[in-house]
Amino acid sequence: MFAAVFETVLLACLFLLTLSIGASLYLMFKRTTTIPERVLLIDSFSYIIIGLIAILSILTDTDAYVELILLIGILAFLGTIALSRFMERGVIIERERDDR
Amino acid sequence: MIADLVVLLLVVSGTVMTLISTIGILRLPDVYTKAHAATKSSTLGILTILLGAFLYFIFRHQIVSIRLLLGIAFVFLTAPVAGHLIIRSAHRRGEPLADISVGDALGELKTRMTDPSREMEEGAEKAERANREQSEQT
Repeated sequence: MFAAVFETVLLACLFLLTLSIGASLYLMFKRTTTIPERVLLIDSFSYIIIGLIAILSILTDTDAYVELILLIGILAFLGTIALSRFMERGVIIERERDDR
Repeated sequence: MIADLVVLLLVVSGTVMTLISTIGILRLPDVYTKAHAATKSSTLGILTILLGAFLYFIFRHQIVSIRLLLGIAFVFLTAPVAGHLIIRSAHRRGEPLADISVGDALGELKTRMTDPSREMEEGAEKAERANREQSEQT
């Protein structure tokens, strides 16, 4: 009986996290959203997806998905760095630095 | 049973925190205030969910998952840094603040650093204005 409750609560958590991804997607495609807000939304997507994978690995009872958490974390961090540098100057890798 | 309850408590609290952070992103007016919601509470929520998964694997399978621990440490280190980077480049880009914000200390500091003559001009203007008000009074 308790196992059924456990699964139901975890499924409800999955639903709520998906709902928060959906709300962020709504904001992503709204016209008044500025570009830094969109970068912030992409960043928060990846963290919500990490949480989804953790709950999914509890539900399916394997630790095979755990590598995905590391992978998505690293990819999200690098992507955020690249996007914020692009947003700031229009280039990602600077060849000639000016002293500012 | 009790271990499962602890896992459930951690996962549910993390989910609720992530949901609250999403509501904050939807409701707050500004990039700078949205970053408060997006980085702080979302990081804490994801950390508690990952901790719940970690405890689940310890209690159920007697596995201490090093990869999960590494993931917790990595998310804990990188999420605030990423938020800081986004906000820093947004401010350098000249993203406007919301109408209700009180002050922009970094922007004032930047104009003073890059253009020291402006401060002098402002001071001169202020003195001139004071002079004018005094002369109007008399």
